[in-house]
Amino acid sequence: LEKGEGHFLLNRYMSHKTPKLIKPMKYVISISFIILLVIASVFLIGCRNTNSSSNSQEISGVIAESGSTTVQPLAERLADSFMDKNPHVNVIIQGGGSSVGIKAAYEGIVDIGASSRELTPDDPPVEKFLLAKDGIAVIVNPANPIDNLSIEQVRNVFSGNISNWNEVGGADHEIHLVAREEGSGTRTAFHDMVMTDEDGSEDRVSRRAILQSSNGSIIQVVRSDPNAAGFISFGYLTEIVKAISINGSAPAKENAKNGDYPIVRPLYFVTGNQPVGIVKTFIDYCFEEEAQEIVADEGYISVK
Amino acid sequence: MKDIFRSNNQQNRNLKPDPESERITENAKNRRSRYLSDKSARAGVLICAALSFVIIIAIIVFILQEGLPAFIEVGLFKFLFGLDWSPSNDKFGILPMIVGSLAVTIGSMILAIPLGIACAILLAEVSPPKIRNLLRHAVELLVGIPSVVYGLVGMAVIVPFIRDIGGSGYSVAAACLVLMAMVLPTIISISEDSIRAVPNKYREGSLALGATQWQTIRHVLIPAAKSGIAASIVLGMGRAIGETMAMIMVIGNAVIIPTSPLDPARTLTGNIAVEINYATGLHESALFGTAVVLLIFIILLNTLIFNFLKRGNSESGST
Repeated sequence: LEKGEGHFLLNRYMSHKTPKLIKPMKYVISISFIILLVIASVFLIGCRNTNSSSNSQEISGVIAESGSTTVQPLAERLADSFMDKNPHVNVIIQGGGSSVGIKAAYEGIVDIGASSRELTPDDPPVEKFLLAKDGIAVIVNPANPIDNLSIEQVRNVFSGNISNWNEVGGADHEIHLVAREEGSGTRTAFHDMVMTDEDGSEDRVSRRAILQSSNGSIIQVVRSDPNAAGFISFGYLTEIVKAISINGSAPAKENAKNGDYPIVRPLYFVTGNQPVGIVKTFIDYCFEEEAQEIVADEGYISVK
Repeated sequence: MKDIFRSNNQQNRNLKPDPESERITENAKNRRSRYLSDKSARAGVLICAALSFVIIIAIIVFILQEGLPAFIEVGLFKFLFGLDWSPSNDKFGILPMIVGSLAVTIGSMILAIPLGIACAILLAEVSPPKIRNLLRHAVELLVGIPSVVYGLVGMAVIVPFIRDIGGSGYSVAAACLVLMAMVLPTIISISEDSIRAVPNKYREGSLALGATQWQTIRHVLIPAAKSGIAASIVLGMGRAIGETMAMIMVIGNAVIIPTSPLDPARTLTGNIAVEINYATGLHESALFGTAVVLLIFIILLNTLIFNFLKRGNSESGST
């Protein structure tokens, strides 16, 4: 049939009866190229437009926040309640990690950055606001009989010096470590508070540890593996994994607030300059009683 | 057939009876617009081709430019053969990731090549048409499944299965099994096509000599299709080495050189995807450096494919 079709067109062409038949095909081709080019150029112009408009976000009532994934769920709830009160303001919350948040806030890419670790001299100079405090819980599978570890034991478990659960009073099974990837605020805070001595000597989290890129995926690994041990932020604690006590102190907000629970870190909002306009309004709002109640409700430790 | 065309032509003639003079001017016009549309189509094709070329060059230049500081500051040898990757301690050695990528690629190939070629032989030569259609649809479906779904199945099924054997389950072995499923469709469909493309006279000749079907497949068809089969394997390797999402989900991402299939590992692609969120400065540059190494691997593989295909062509040309 294909061959026949060719002849068919050829016949028409040769007989000069309807030579137009061939043209539309080529028109379609060339017109579609033109459309393609137009679409491409529109995209390019569009990209440039969004770039240039990011500077005028304050005026148009948009606040952009990005940074620590630990702070993210809290920031989303604070933003929701802020937007309920100020319907013309749009607060956009993104993740990215503490380092990215600090850098983006410093460079003015976002209005507010979020950090779930102490700022270091390596970070660019930014204004910081202590939004809340957060405990880091050591979690194991619910089937694991272990309920309590000393902070020394936690350090040895995660450095790999202790590799079997029976060395800390559990069953005779290899410990499967699950940690966050390097650069994560949760991992940095865990490293600073658990793996580092006051005199500065430090252990590294074992290189054999499985690395997951979020609190949620650590929970998923630990819940499915009876011999796993991981660490997550208090805000993510659920029933499906068991959070163990450290030095006999249960991972609860009260214990973290009164200083019994040893692994507590700050959560910061950071800005490149002193905040003004709606950014300042939003940050001020985060320290009001209502906002701090949301902080507590999300499982973090309020600063009031 | 010819009757149909004739009647069609007649119909057209009846619909559009055009006088001689009109026809000449029409033709002149048509010729000019045809010429113009021809030119514009040629220009359009050229622009599109140039655009894709520019994009590829731009990507390569960008990756090299971003990755170069890592090569210079860390040192090429230390970067490529360093055992320790610890960005917070300023240590950037990607040997564990190179080994990880090679391990999962080779491992998955060892699993996928026999399976894939066997399946291709079945589809091309052995199975009755009904089963062949069913199987081919299944294979095509495998191609369309997003890699994150493979990863999910790997996490839910394969990882616990490996955990029962030993270790945490997030391992090279789990990654190899997931990758095997992902590269199978590539190997099957291209191998099948190349076995099918073997001229029928080969089959007939072999059978006429008294060979059994298996002997024909083993000693005639596979050797005749070997360049196509080799190309399918290398294409599968390309997919395996570039796979990212599914690998992150099942391989554990630990930066160690795996000493057993039950150990976790990290691939080059996984290294970039896992850490780019947190990377700044030299760390970011080191990740681009990882991309450069990945790019070189891919270029090597592509050259290999090109050579196989060229050899295949010249062979079939000479016979």
